[in-house]
Amino acid sequence: MKVINGLKYSKDHEWVKVEGNRAIIGITDYAQDSLGDIVFVDLPEVGRTVKAGDAVAVVESVKAASDVYSPVSGTVVEVNTNLEASPELINQDPYENWILVLEMSDPGELDSLMDAEGYERFCEEEA
Amino acid sequence: MKKTPLYEKHVSLGAKMIEFGGWMMPLQYTGILQEHEAVRQRAGLFDVSHMGEVMIKGRGATEFIQQLITNDISGMCEFQVLYSPMCYPDGGTVDDLLVYKFDAERYLLVVNAANIEKDVEWIESHKPHDVEVEDLSEQYAQLALQGPKSQEVLQRIVDAPLDKIKFFRFVDGVSIAGVSALISRTGYTGEDGFEIYIPADSACKVWNTIVDAGAEFHVMPAGLGARDMLRLEAALPLYGHELSADISPLEAGLDRFVKLDKPDFIGQEALIEQKGSGISRKLVGLEMRDKGIPRQGYEVQVEGRSIGYITSGGFSPTLKKNIALALIDVLYAAQGSQVDVIVRNKALKAEVVKIPFYAKQYKK
Repeated sequence: MKVINGLKYSKDHEWVKVEGNRAIIGITDYAQDSLGDIVFVDLPEVGRTVKAGDAVAVVESVKAASDVYSPVSGTVVEVNTNLEASPELINQDPYENWILVLEMSDPGELDSLMDAEGYERFCEEEA
Repeated sequence: MKKTPLYEKHVSLGAKMIEFGGWMMPLQYTGILQEHEAVRQRAGLFDVSHMGEVMIKGRGATEFIQQLITNDISGMCEFQVLYSPMCYPDGGTVDDLLVYKFDAERYLLVVNAANIEKDVEWIESHKPHDVEVEDLSEQYAQLALQGPKSQEVLQRIVDAPLDKIKFFRFVDGVSIAGVSALISRTGYTGEDGFEIYIPADSACKVWNTIVDAGAEFHVMPAGLGARDMLRLEAALPLYGHELSADISPLEAGLDRFVKLDKPDFIGQEALIEQKGSGISRKLVGLEMRDKGIPRQGYEVQVEGRSIGYITSGGFSPTLKKNIALALIDVLYAAQGSQVDVIVRNKALKAEVVKIPFYAKQYKK
């Protein structure tokens, strides 16, 4: 299982890359591996506001649909439209192929997320 | 939770194991899409040892099975296989099964894993005195080798000429790796292929022998994930989805396996009535027009009104489309009919299309 240093991680297996007030969000290697072949990504509309913990996107594998929960609150400012034609990019590289970008409304929420080491431990305990 | 004789094998191959019908089964090994492709292009090997095998023996065997099932076995040859629903008196479905005829006094019924106990109980409760019912599910392992290369692969390790086994026929006592096997040209994928019945304790040996024989053809072990999509593309019903105690075989579109004019069978009256007055809902194929994947249980609507639900659905790797089977109001069941599938509170457009989605590649 691949984990990247410098990212923040949620218990729902999303990662967050922070750039100023922007949170770039995707799903982790652990998540893509347990989902299996991803065949569809349901992206949110740009401009939508979400609270931390809200389902903000849906990743569908061959076998099931899984919600992507927003690790932080904010407004959707960008979505990765490459995933519409090529959802399998998430399987190929889940950290390169982000899903959406939020303009955070409460960056303090980042403190409740795990760092790479903490997330790795969390996954080991879950397995 | 029950385990097949190949459980350890699946784990050692790195399979993701899931619970299915009370059994721990491999969902996938390398990936559902790859395994699906292997079956459509070359061949895939499935462990389907969870399926149940029930022997029906005795003088009254033929007549008894005639009463139990909706299809007609009176014209069956020895070493023929027949598919049939088995119904309750109200026309609801107990199970769908395969009948293997050895002779007029000996048949093997192959039933769905989740239904073994229920079926055996049902069959026992109707059994006349001149018939013996024996649940052999534990003694049999079953492998399915499916795909266009199946015959070529299997022929390398079997002496009997496989091209002589026609579609829905079988041979018994064939040797594979020194193990006596029953081999039928049957399957659940829409491809040519074989189902192989062997003693449970020989399952690993036969599995390994087939894998070795198939190596040069890149035959892959395939799991339930691939199997489910393969059968959905071929529009083959899965009990618990397209058939249930609440869904009759006529509603599921299985009319050609329901012989209403044969002598007395369980459910006959109700099914004749259904046929006469016309069914109110029918199983149809849907192709999504909007982007979204239909899943089991999703509601189907027309103008905001519920007309039925999805029984099975997903992304079809062969068609590169999102497809589903749905049980809907017969008024909207015609091909070309436009409906909505409710996906996460959104009404997404879909169209009723011809099934099967994938033309079956059987060797007749």
